[in-house]
Amino acid sequence: MKTQQFTVIDPLGIHARPASQLVAKATPFTSAIEVRTEEKAANLKSILGVMGLALKQGSQFTLYVEGEDEEQAFEALATLLTEMGLAQ
Amino acid sequence: MTHLTGIAASDGIAIAKAYRFVQPDLTFSQTQVQDIEAEQQRLTAALTKAGQELVAIQQQTLEKFSAEEAAIFEAHLLVVNDPELIGPINQKIADEAVNAEFALHEVSSMFVTLFESMDDEYMSARASDIKDVTNRILAHLLGVHIPNPSNISDQVIIVANDLTPSETAQLDRNFVLGFITDIGGRTSHSAIMARSLEIPAVVGTGAATTSIQDGDLLIVDGLSGQVLVNPTADVIAAYHEKAQNFHTQQVEWSTLVNEQTMSKDGVHVELAANIGSPSDLDGVLRHGAEGIGLYRTEFLYMGRENLPSEDEQFTAYKTVIEGMKGKPVVIRTLDIGGDKHLPYLPLQEEMNPFLGHRAIRLCLDQPELFRTQLRALLRASVYGNLKIMFPMIATIQEFRDAKAILIEEQEKLVATGVAVSADIEIGMMVEIPATAVMAGIFAKEVDFFSIGTNDLIQYTMAADRMNEKVSYLYQPYNPAILRLIQMVIHAAHQEQKWVGMCGEMAGDELAVPLLLGLGLDEFSMSATSILKTRSLLKHLSVKDMQALAAEALQLATAEEVIEKVKQAVK
Repeated sequence: MKTQQFTVIDPLGIHARPASQLVAKATPFTSAIEVRTEEKAANLKSILGVMGLALKQGSQFTLYVEGEDEEQAFEALATLLTEMGLAQ
Repeated sequence: MTHLTGIAASDGIAIAKAYRFVQPDLTFSQTQVQDIEAEQQRLTAALTKAGQELVAIQQQTLEKFSAEEAAIFEAHLLVVNDPELIGPINQKIADEAVNAEFALHEVSSMFVTLFESMDDEYMSARASDIKDVTNRILAHLLGVHIPNPSNISDQVIIVANDLTPSETAQLDRNFVLGFITDIGGRTSHSAIMARSLEIPAVVGTGAATTSIQDGDLLIVDGLSGQVLVNPTADVIAAYHEKAQNFHTQQVEWSTLVNEQTMSKDGVHVELAANIGSPSDLDGVLRHGAEGIGLYRTEFLYMGRENLPSEDEQFTAYKTVIEGMKGKPVVIRTLDIGGDKHLPYLPLQEEMNPFLGHRAIRLCLDQPELFRTQLRALLRASVYGNLKIMFPMIATIQEFRDAKAILIEEQEKLVATGVAVSADIEIGMMVEIPATAVMAGIFAKEVDFFSIGTNDLIQYTMAADRMNEKVSYLYQPYNPAILRLIQMVIHAAHQEQKWVGMCGEMAGDELAVPLLLGLGLDEFSMSATSILKTRSLLKHLSVKDMQALAAEALQLATAEEVIEKVKQAVK
């Protein structure tokens, strides 16, 4: 299992556009991919789940990836988060 | 060929195929299912179709609009494929043996509630996206069709019950030649939209969506309010010609936008516009009005739960006065009562409301209501050329009382250091025959008159204009009316005062020659009639029209007057 903690840095938070991109990126992988905050957890392959977390600028979350392709999945998602200037 | 009649909401003529923009009925009931697997397959099939549809819409939106507008459908696609949505729906079908429609509705409602409850405005607005997607899936489950205006690739006329702003936003303006709606009036969104797009519209037809099918050939005549469905070749040819003439005329009229209104023999009269709200200003300027002859302030008071505050009124008046950039703006004080009621201002039921407690009578009886409006007007006066007029004056005492209150408020404002224009003209409406007869007396005390023909005619003929049985008595060309108008203009000119007219008659092509001959100084009409009237006046000489008017005053009947005018201006 791969995990890493992130903080949202985008002033708009994780809104529809980047959430869509994250879900689109996560969906092809077979690994289970989750985003967890202190109170809630969401499947990163679910747009409703990710948006439902309502992550704002400054929110902290942990990315969990577990499965056969966890290395590639984790790498891809962590890269996307930082490349989009969404979280660090 | 069938035929619908509605309200002519935007000028012009369009001929094209119908496109029904009608939301389908998505109601369903909860049922128990025997074959769970079959029900789940039905869901999968609906999701697949909804997904394919969204891919197509996204593609079309990308081509016709922008990536930004297409992105919304990208998000919708993800929702259709969302495992956290599909999983629970399938689970519910299996656990409770319910139909897919019900399971879908239950699960999506949960998400809708979750998003709506978020304190972030952006997130709570996403609830409507979820509803949108749910409706699309639901439509496929129910086998009904959700219209997709982004796949319109031909010129069409939109047929709708009514058009909301979000629906009009989806329409590709290159392909939409006109609107027809079931409901609405000249001020409904679809009508306003049509005028700003300058495409013809007929609204309030009552039955457009039930009597017109997709692909029917339609003629929308936004000049007369007629809609023709599947017309014959002859009719189409006739309308092509009518459309061509209208276009030619539009081109001619549009050259007159910045021209002064001038008669053939070089006499200037003023063409002004009637408005009901600041949002009408755009059309007023576009059609080259030389002023505003009537701002009906009662619309500020209507369609709401409480009285508009002084500041709210001030903002509206200032917007109009400032927007006219020094051109005259005649604002009429509140004309409520009669057929216009306010839910928050209880008025006694009356046997004869048009002869009752309305307009200035009501304002003098409720001075606080009146004073608030006057203060807002006075404060706005410094932004341009304001003229104030009082409606429904019957006696000189009423005019004096109303003016005294106005002067009192003006002095109070000035004393507290509020700037007020020093030269606001104060006038009155002439709509009660008594004031027309006594115009010589009034003319000494007012700065101007504005003749309100709709009421003047109904009071002179003692005929309720709402009652169809006596509608034949609504006769603008009756010599009795012309004589009253003549008396008012003559009396005013004796005192070097000007006279305007703000009723329907001022923009009527048969009345304009007579009014010019009678010496009317200002003609106030709906903005869309201004260029037409300016063009007409260019062909009329005051000298000829004076002779025509003098003859008309001696005729016996309205029919004779109409005949005379037609002969003279042919």
